[in-house]
Amino acid sequence: MSSSASITPPLRPASHPLPGAPDNWRRFFTFNTDAKVIGIQYIALALFYLLVGGLLAMVIRGELLTPESDLVDPSVYNGLYTMHGTVMLFLFLFPILNGLNNLLIPPMIGAPDMAFPKLNALAFWLFPLFGTLLMLSFFLPGGPSSSGWWAYPPVSTQNPLGHFINGQFVWIVAVALSGVSSILGAVNFVTTILRMRAPGMGWFRMPIFCWTALAAQIIQLVGLPVLTGGAVMLLFDLSFGTSFFQPEGGGDPMLYQHFFWFYSHPAVYVMALPVFGIFSELFPVYARKPLFGYPLVALASLAITVLSLIVWVHHMFYSGTPQWMRHLFMFTTMLIAVPTGIKVFAWIATLWRGRLRLTTAMLFCLGGLVNFIFAGITGVMLATVPVDIHVGNTYFVVGHFHYVIFNTITFGVYAAIYHWFPKFTGRLLYEGLGKLHFVLTFVGSTLNFLPMHWAGLMGMPRRVASYDPEFALANVLASLGAFLLGVAMIPFLLNLVSAWVRGEKAGPNPWNAIGLEWLLPSPPPLENFEDDVPTVLSAPYGYGLDRPLVADEESYVRRAAQGA
Amino acid sequence: MTTPSQVQSPSQAQSPSQAHSHGGHNLTGMVIFLCSESVIFLAFFAGYAVFKLSAPQWLPDGVEGLEVRTPLINTIILVSSSFVAWFAEIQLQRRRLWAFRGLWLLTMAMGTYFVLGQALEWQGLAFSLSDGVFGSCFYLLTGFHGLHVITGVLLMALMLARSFRAGNYEGGEAGVASVSLFWHFVDVIWILLFLLIYVWR
Repeated sequence: MSSSASITPPLRPASHPLPGAPDNWRRFFTFNTDAKVIGIQYIALALFYLLVGGLLAMVIRGELLTPESDLVDPSVYNGLYTMHGTVMLFLFLFPILNGLNNLLIPPMIGAPDMAFPKLNALAFWLFPLFGTLLMLSFFLPGGPSSSGWWAYPPVSTQNPLGHFINGQFVWIVAVALSGVSSILGAVNFVTTILRMRAPGMGWFRMPIFCWTALAAQIIQLVGLPVLTGGAVMLLFDLSFGTSFFQPEGGGDPMLYQHFFWFYSHPAVYVMALPVFGIFSELFPVYARKPLFGYPLVALASLAITVLSLIVWVHHMFYSGTPQWMRHLFMFTTMLIAVPTGIKVFAWIATLWRGRLRLTTAMLFCLGGLVNFIFAGITGVMLATVPVDIHVGNTYFVVGHFHYVIFNTITFGVYAAIYHWFPKFTGRLLYEGLGKLHFVLTFVGSTLNFLPMHWAGLMGMPRRVASYDPEFALANVLASLGAFLLGVAMIPFLLNLVSAWVRGEKAGPNPWNAIGLEWLLPSPPPLENFEDDVPTVLSAPYGYGLDRPLVADEESYVRRAAQGA
Repeated sequence: MTTPSQVQSPSQAQSPSQAHSHGGHNLTGMVIFLCSESVIFLAFFAGYAVFKLSAPQWLPDGVEGLEVRTPLINTIILVSSSFVAWFAEIQLQRRRLWAFRGLWLLTMAMGTYFVLGQALEWQGLAFSLSDGVFGSCFYLLTGFHGLHVITGVLLMALMLARSFRAGNYEGGEAGVASVSLFWHFVDVIWILLFLLIYVWR
């Protein structure tokens, strides 16, 4: 963030810049083609939007503190939850994961940079553009889009004020731009992983994070175009009088739902898969054991990619889908529990009898894993047609979704930040502040999202500003949890800023981890290994095994320690 | 494709990260992009098929159907341009630069002719974008494809301009190969589109 960067004293001469170091911070505001600068740009801006989305969430929870609709106007409330969802998905999670991809993939595979550095910078700079567009839509006469983040027609094709540029219009344009940015990013990530791996790094010597990033980016390539197509049609319906989704002109609103969920269900896996990768990277480091079933975990990622593309109709069980479709998609949805189950068992087996080090990163991983198992169980419940028709569009779904998106995915992102922050900035985060952040986040998120399941099972519908007083207790608990999550951001941001400016020097490998990125100095130099790319000799995660990861490992370790 | 590539050393003239973008990456990137791009057309085609099979009234009142003769001539010209582009690439491999430029320019001209033909057809039509789902689909599909043709012609113009730069082909012809691939893709999409819109009654 700008405020954090501007108070930073220069540590190195500008002629010898290290991408992650806080010196020469102005480059974070330029069209820089270095993946490490772009990664930090993504993460910083995404954290800013996390605050925006969090603020919206706290207004929503403030409204729901009492059964009556008394804090904001109900139509404003519609805009709030629409923008909360849109900001958190398109301006926080996708960009922050792209940031991690940018930071991690090139050093993990021994590449100097991404395959297309200029395209990479272009994809990043679209992000502030569509982010600002979405924020500006708050100031339009009719307010921002208020049709929910699904933007189902006919709700989303209403234009009561008649302005050509309205909240929904801006929303569609912003989401389409986000799609373009993501597709450009996906082309870049996939090409980089396919073509720029270090000598000797065959498929089954590649870190799981890269496997999951590849699996996730394939989903982007196959799924996003469908959403973009649907969004273009929606835009034409809204603004140019076409009738793709208007029954009176022969169109079909159900087709939009298909287009939307064909991407937007797999989109959850786009966000979850890299977090599975983060879990798979971190558990071995902090349990000092090799990842259990490494090849199977790698292949399970691709299995999730394939299955995620054939489950979307489970979001439409109550949309009048035919019976055969419900049965088919119930089956495929349940099938996806198999590869995810493989991963969960692999992680537990990795932890089993390991020498656990409960660092902040490990705590977030363990918390995320526990939450993910819970989210997986409610997920299988929701895949079942009778249960889904009963609890569909209630707070049970909201609770399940937040257990996935926040309690698992965001926990994983936090874990990644605590784990790799020292690598890319050269500074250690403060463990005390980190653990405070973890405790506040875990208690807050449990308090926030667990009672939602209960409210939903009792029948509380989602997307309402007022509710029956019998749901009051669950909502008060949830609201308290939400405010606690807001408080949890204070130690987190304080930690990031103060550690980046004057934290303890980390050294090349503070966690004693195995991986190509840990053979580099912290922060890594401009082109990572430059011409001296190590030759990979073995599979990753050789903890407790007497085998070198790369040829001539000692010389890399020595040079990293010298910072050369 | 999966063989790990050795990293080149940065040359003095270029910034280091530019020096690392190899020609081979360009082609891989273009193939990946086109796979993704084909899905968006697939989505539109699927939508078109669903609408056509389910709409109670497909053609708007007073519209008999589309005239096929002129679009067919356009189609033949566009599809032939793919072969011209292919011959141009062969000339480039043999380093006959002027033959390449001539054939490349011819490809561009054929593409431009197609776009102009499309524009003329749009002008003469009796229905508009807002005349039911048929009108919506027709203009969306042909328009979206037309944008791709225009993009292709612009990319070819860029490659043509670059061919005059000294030493442009020392690192291979990946740029021309990528644009050529894009052009073939646009042509194949048009064949499918033509079958769906003009041939399928």
